[in-house]
Amino acid sequence: MAIRINGTETRAPADPRVSLLDLLRETLHLTGTKKGCNQGACGACTVLADGERILSCLALAVQFEGRSITTIEGLAGQDGMHPLQLAFIEHDGFQCGYCTPGQICSAVGMAAELARGAPSAVTTDLGAATVRFTGEEARERMSGNLCRCGAHNGIIAAITQTYAGAAL
Amino acid sequence: MTPFSYTRAGDAADAVRLGAFGGAKYLGGGTNLVDLLRETIERPSALVDVAGLPATIEEREDGSLLIGAATRNAALAEHRAVRSHYPVLARAILAGASAQIRNMATVGGNILQRTRCAYFYDDEGSRCNKRSPGQGCDALDGFNRIHAILGASADCVATHPSDMCVALAALDATVHLQGPAGTRRLKLTGLHRLPGTRPDLETALEPGELITAVELPALPAGARSTYRKVRDRASYAFALVSVAAVLEADSGTVREVRLALGGVAPKPWRARKAEDALRGGPATVQAFRAAAESELADAAPLRDNGFKVELAKRTITAVLGDLAGVAA
Ligand SMILES: Cc1cc2nc3c(=O)[nH]c(=O)nc-3n(C[C@H](O)[C@H](O)[C@H](O)COP(=O)(O)OP(=O)(O)OC[C@H]3O[C@@H](n4cnc5c(N)ncnc54)[C@H](O)[C@@H]3O)c2cc1C
Ligand code: FES
Ligand code: FES
Repeated sequence: MAIRINGTETRAPADPRVSLLDLLRETLHLTGTKKGCNQGACGACTVLADGERILSCLALAVQFEGRSITTIEGLAGQDGMHPLQLAFIEHDGFQCGYCTPGQICSAVGMAAELARGAPSAVTTDLGAATVRFTGEEARERMSGNLCRCGAHNGIIAAITQTYAGAAL
Repeated sequence: MTPFSYTRAGDAADAVRLGAFGGAKYLGGGTNLVDLLRETIERPSALVDVAGLPATIEEREDGSLLIGAATRNAALAEHRAVRSHYPVLARAILAGASAQIRNMATVGGNILQRTRCAYFYDDEGSRCNKRSPGQGCDALDGFNRIHAILGASADCVATHPSDMCVALAALDATVHLQGPAGTRRLKLTGLHRLPGTRPDLETALEPGELITAVELPALPAGARSTYRKVRDRASYAFALVSVAAVLEADSGTVREVRLALGGVAPKPWRARKAEDALRGGPATVQAFRAAAESELADAAPLRDNGFKVELAKRTITAVLGDLAGVAA
């Protein structure tokens, strides 16, 4: 079984100790996905597995055989950048850019969660079928992605602008 | 990481057969185990991947819920039945870790996650009886702000870090196990051990035993439940103190109450003393505070964590007050 990465079938590493993050960066040279802490605390390594956001540093590559991974390199479409990538530019959602690929993959995964009405820790009504996507919701849902440059305000602005309408 | 083999289990029987070999370990989402492998705190010779085992959530006729151990934390918190009948569980899960980690983490792995004590993690520089039995404990006289105030011992003061388990303790959950000797059931409150003189022995599980499911009995009709977590930042941090509570009050009287605490003990701490003090008595702020006092009477704070005693009392009082609809 292979791992599908940005649409291309890739053989899983022979050594099961290789993390998904190291497979992406070291073997496939997909260096968009970043290694921050390598222990689950920063979110820089966030990628999408069958559309769900996960941390590639806490995953062994072999766990994802048969699954489909999308990294930041796979997000842009035929006609250019993903709308969220454009929104990050418009809102100054970064300074050094190190956390950005993780932030963007995470927000794309978050949008799918919003669309199906998944609650968060700050959702008051757990029974509500739809989420009212406030700035507070955005901050809570994105709390797994840290930005050492402190670009959070721009990040949250880019995300809320992109998804506020779509999610309601 | 030290070398290991990797096999995906096809079903529980397959997993138990593979897991019976010495040195084998089950792998759920990997969010705790991969970290510990990297730090060489865990050194298994074989990993048996059980993340593909049943992840179904079955609503049964008697109102109980049967949750497959491979169910992802996020899927459990998002499930309709959990959101409407067990809000304490949905809230506890959503208060833990991050969305990415909850998408990966399994119910079985969450229950068996290991402590976040920094001395346990510091293989090179610190002594830890849990990691290296008999070595000593550097947390006792070290930075112990996040450590236990209840149920600890002179050999270990580490806490169990799970939020989900605190809710499961308050919900009277039962854990289904399958091992080389067959299947059995265990109350979640009986699964984790207190450290005593053997902090390395963390659970009542036999070698090779697999968690296959978690069962939640129906809550009493009219019961309300919730979870509150107090931590150093608003999100993505472990609990300093957390409270899971189920309360059924009727005309100002406590009919039924179940209370569990997180962040304060080596295991999800079922607050039975407080429950006994409350059952049948008035549902008032004064009674809630008195019950919290009785539970915390045994607290043995360390150098840096004395604040947890008052914090736990206040959080218990506030959570019960919210559920009963009486303001402090
Ligand atoms: C940065 C960070 C922050 C976190 N914050 C929180 C928090 O605030 N609150 C919280 O509660 N948790 C928190 N966590 C911990 C997280 O909840 C756990 O890592 C997760 O629940 C473990 O589940 P898993 O499936 O990934 O387990 P794994 O890492 O796969 O396994 C953990 C253990 O369980 C065993 N195991 C797994 N499945 C089974 C089974 N079916 N039967 C028997 N044994 C099994 C494994 O052998 C291993 O020993 C955090 C983690 C990180 C990295
Ligand atoms: S590199 Fe994965 S969370 Fe920091
Ligand atoms: S832009 Fe530098 S870390 Fe976020």
